[in-house]
Amino acid sequence: MAQHYEAVMARKNEIMKQAIGMDYSRFESGGIGFDYEAMMRDTGYALSDIRAIQSEYGVGNTPLIEMKNLTALARKYAPEGKGARILVKDESCNPSGSFKARRAATAVYHAKKMGYKGVIAATSGNYGAAVASQAAMQGLNCIIVQETYDSKGVGQPEIIEKARKCEAYGAEVIQLTVGPELFYQFLILLEETGYFNASLYTPFGIAGVETLGFELAEQTRARYGKYPDAVVCTNAGGGNLTGTARGLIAAGASETQVIAASVDLSGLHMASDGQFNKKSFTTGHTGFGMPFSIYPDRSDVPRSAARPLRYMDRYVTVTQGEVFFMTEALAQMEGLERGPAGSISLAAAFSIAREMPEDAIIVVQETEYTGAGKHIQPQLDFAGKNGIELKFGNPKDQIPGRSIIFPENPGRIQAVDVDLDRLRRSLIRTAIDAHDMKNKTIGSEDIAFLAAECRRDETYVTSVIQSLEEDRK
Amino acid sequence: MKDSRLNPERGVGERIPKGTWVRIHRVVLPAGERAPQVPEDTQNVPLEMWVKGYLKEEAYIGETVEIITLTGRKEHGNLIEAHPTYHHDFGDFVPEILEIDRMLREEREAGDTSGTTL
Repeated sequence: MAQHYEAVMARKNEIMKQAIGMDYSRFESGGIGFDYEAMMRDTGYALSDIRAIQSEYGVGNTPLIEMKNLTALARKYAPEGKGARILVKDESCNPSGSFKARRAATAVYHAKKMGYKGVIAATSGNYGAAVASQAAMQGLNCIIVQETYDSKGVGQPEIIEKARKCEAYGAEVIQLTVGPELFYQFLILLEETGYFNASLYTPFGIAGVETLGFELAEQTRARYGKYPDAVVCTNAGGGNLTGTARGLIAAGASETQVIAASVDLSGLHMASDGQFNKKSFTTGHTGFGMPFSIYPDRSDVPRSAARPLRYMDRYVTVTQGEVFFMTEALAQMEGLERGPAGSISLAAAFSIAREMPEDAIIVVQETEYTGAGKHIQPQLDFAGKNGIELKFGNPKDQIPGRSIIFPENPGRIQAVDVDLDRLRRSLIRTAIDAHDMKNKTIGSEDIAFLAAECRRDETYVTSVIQSLEEDRK
Repeated sequence: MKDSRLNPERGVGERIPKGTWVRIHRVVLPAGERAPQVPEDTQNVPLEMWVKGYLKEEAYIGETVEIITLTGRKEHGNLIEAHPTYHHDFGDFVPEILEIDRMLREEREAGDTSGTTL
């Protein structure tokens, strides 16, 4: 079969069907929408089944730790009577060192049950190690495809460390230079091996994260007699937030505010060779968080199970300097040395806690492992050697790719709200464009779907559609 | 910041026995054949790939070879390294981290009573 770029991309749907063993067309309505809940039910696993699978493979039941010293510090910089109790779910205690083990356990279990001999995942993040670890436990082969180097052959230290970790679990690691054609290489490998596509975005993966929301709701209620008032989720592809929110709802914590947090990398292009090593965060940033919120189906499956705007109450950004600072504070004040990417939601929570009353509870729902390459020191050293200026001051004065500004005092850590209405409008516009429905009548079923997609009513969707039509005129 | 491709310091011309664990490098898409949506700086460079495996036949560093990967796949590319390992570390000293630590220690020593100043 032809292996050139266009030929492989043209076989995409066929390869995917084989590699996931799911016929997505069964959920399609023919228009913009599809039956999301039917797709999620189609996994055939109830939440209790997933908890049992994860528990069999050592995943989940991670500690929920009260950040007494960080809470006290937040109160010091908060108005009188403000400063919610900050709790952290220490997900680094999972077998591969992050919450991604939850996603991987379910996907690998399903792949094995379906008779696949191996699993493949395209990821430069913690998910690779999670899939590799679960494949080792469950006895499947594993290939991880990573974007690692720029055109000078210089790798992001954090990603090189993740390659090492995948290999430590026995996985084959394919490393590439910058570019979205990673997906092309991924398709070639799926076709060649016949392995399962352990995508981050299948219903199996997202169902795996539901246990995280469920557990933290149960743990908070058992210890404090109530559900959390807010949960902060680092947002990139949207699966962390989607799964956690669904788990909270399943536990009965439907009043808990679900807050997304991303590192602000605005101005940096994610597919740019020249800017690749100017980033000090390789995930959890706005370069993924924004586009995946607006258009979830840009992922590596026909329909993504991660649909964050369906569940998001609020979306904030924090800066690189604020996250590095909080990562260090977590080690120095709470005795937990963890990786920087896992502290994005902690930096946001430290700011949001100061808006909330003292008797409120805010939960940071993840931490990640740390080690050589993947740690505040090598990441900042790498930034400095790539010409990024490091200094103290107001973190908001940063220019991503040029400077990292640490807060001159903890009170300077201030999450910035993203205009959710703008994202909702973009979601509607993108969905219409992607399905070629511009200047066509959008049926009531699609309007209902779009309303669910952006968590608004049908009147809202209709008025956005009208204003988009007027803009076009 | 090390270049991960073949460089002259890495023993070009060194003979590597069959069955050795090696790392190879290959261009997947040449510059000019990149996906249309990528930015210009990326369009102008090739998409490159690195993979590790067992060397199928004895070869010299710098030659095009075949390897068998951990999952039993065949891959081909330029032989760049025998016995590849990891060189990432904790980086050089970053004075700003020490400054953050000092700031946090002062906060801790000042106690958690609200209104306390440094």
